[in-house]
Amino acid sequence: MSATLEKGINSFKEVIDAPIASYFSSCVHCGLCADACLFYNETGEEKYTPIHKVEPLRRVWKQEYTLFGKLGKMLGLSKPVTDAELAEWEPLVYDSCTLCGRCSMVCPVGNDITYMIRKMREGMSASGHAPEDMIAATTRAVNIGSPMGVKWPAVQAQIKHVQAETGIEVPVEKEGVDYLVLMSSMEIINFPEYLSALCRIFKQTGVSWTLAQDAFEATNSGIQIGASDLAREIVSRIVVAAERLKVKCVISPECGHAFTALRWEGPNLMGKPYSFDVKHILEVLDELHKAGKLKTQGKDKRALTYHDPCQITRRGGVVEQPRRLLGEVAADFREMPDAGVMNWCCGGGGGVSANTRAEPLRLQAFKVKKRQLEASGASTLVTACANCRIVLEEGLEHYHMNIPVVGLTEVIAEHLVEGE
Amino acid sequence: MNHLDLLTFARGSALNWALMLFVAGVILRLFEIFSLGRKADLAVPRTEPPGSGMRTVFTRTLPPRGMLKREPVTYISGYVFHTGLFLVIFFLAPHIELFRDLTGLHWPALPTALIDAAVVAAMVALLAQLANRIASPVKRMLSTIGDYVAWAATFLPLLTGYMAFHHLLLEYTLMLALHIFSVELLLVLLPFTKLFHAFSLFVSRWYNGDWFARKGVAS
Repeated sequence: MSATLEKGINSFKEVIDAPIASYFSSCVHCGLCADACLFYNETGEEKYTPIHKVEPLRRVWKQEYTLFGKLGKMLGLSKPVTDAELAEWEPLVYDSCTLCGRCSMVCPVGNDITYMIRKMREGMSASGHAPEDMIAATTRAVNIGSPMGVKWPAVQAQIKHVQAETGIEVPVEKEGVDYLVLMSSMEIINFPEYLSALCRIFKQTGVSWTLAQDAFEATNSGIQIGASDLAREIVSRIVVAAERLKVKCVISPECGHAFTALRWEGPNLMGKPYSFDVKHILEVLDELHKAGKLKTQGKDKRALTYHDPCQITRRGGVVEQPRRLLGEVAADFREMPDAGVMNWCCGGGGGVSANTRAEPLRLQAFKVKKRQLEASGASTLVTACANCRIVLEEGLEHYHMNIPVVGLTEVIAEHLVEGE
Repeated sequence: MNHLDLLTFARGSALNWALMLFVAGVILRLFEIFSLGRKADLAVPRTEPPGSGMRTVFTRTLPPRGMLKREPVTYISGYVFHTGLFLVIFFLAPHIELFRDLTGLHWPALPTALIDAAVVAAMVALLAQLANRIASPVKRMLSTIGDYVAWAATFLPLLTGYMAFHHLLLEYTLMLALHIFSVELLLVLLPFTKLFHAFSLFVSRWYNGDWFARKGVAS
């Protein structure tokens, strides 16, 4: 697949729809979106103003889809979008945007700028202006099956380890069960405690579940880089496995963008609704708890706070579930300022953490998270996204903050009523 | 052409042309937006959308938590300007007369002193916005010639209307004619500048609210 400017511009033209046209028509250049953006806030550099990041897309819209823009183009009065310009915009579209969605919540005219950046990335990648690291991750996801190059044997090794630790058999390729469990590469490599926690929780609650050999990876680099064809290929593996195994529900793991990819973009990428449900693990745990199946005992004495992953909370609607679950097991739960749907991003979403070039900027943007954490006075940080978790750990280490980061599923598993 | 002829022209054929261009422009711009369409969302929504887009149309009028403190000039001048403009357009007695002539509909006017104060406040707010646009690095970077044209096209009707009403500077008939011309300029420019947000923001807010509500978030 060769990338060219022409393909990029065509892709821009394809993604522009009525919402995007209304957003560009409505922008009054008030700049309030800048205040919502962690990259602008922590650097003070005006180029990080969210609406500025989609400027080339705006020009294509104007030149192609408005009467005066078309006239201007015919008369040679308008500046065409060039390769050099897209190269200049690449760091704005990828390095300094985590698709966190805060700007979309504050824009007074209602522009969903995050939606525009997500769409714009389609043209950026088609024109060859996506970050090298993200191209590599996407290539691995398509060719190997995981952006981090994880293959089934690595999962098998983890299964063996978890079975030895918990004494519970990990079901693989079981048909007709309730849940198909997915993981993110990060969980397979760095956080085996997730699978172990699930084993114990599902044993207690008595639900049936399975892993699938050809669909264990939930992450989807295709939606981060903006390549819908590749995103579709990656998501279709899960759809095929879920249909083959006739599961009722697919559980999206503790990963933000995997949830967006699978729950919200997936059916649209596939071009048809699913025959199964997709739920985030926190939704499943909350339902099991409400049904009286998930029983916990004891309270965590540490001062806990919860970091809302953007794609789970603001862009995914899972807001109350983690709070209800933590309410059961935390003796001292504290909210950070702006928690919930206006929480600040960890700085590594939307593919930023996979992009080494963006690291210094990401660490600078982490200062807002540092302030939030300090204001909460919490000693332990709970989250529900393995990518947030690794980014938070790196940020905390960089700023010499001794605050452990844990996944919410593990916290729940630690407090299961024993012997049930 | 004497002042009265000029006023007659402003009130007559000029106004008709301006209104025609305004209406045609708004229809064209709305057509440009809606003709692009959008794909049906095949993901099962958390909340069935009816109403949620509409809710955001209203709720976006209020500043999100913490934003008023961060950008007081933008928000306060925005409210003062829009309120003043709305009051003077729809509640000044002579304007209501004009609407009655055009549509047959009429409603009670507000006291002139109140409208007068609102107009002065609106002009001060616009000046503050202009100063802010030039002083703020973000706003300055985003600004194009279109922003300043739109600013002037909005400011002039307020200024000329105020001056005509108070018989300032120029002879009343001439000033009134200038006021009407400035409004006509505004009408013609509105569909083709950022001033079109007066219409399109209802569309954008609706799409935004609909998108978020499907995900289960009130935006």
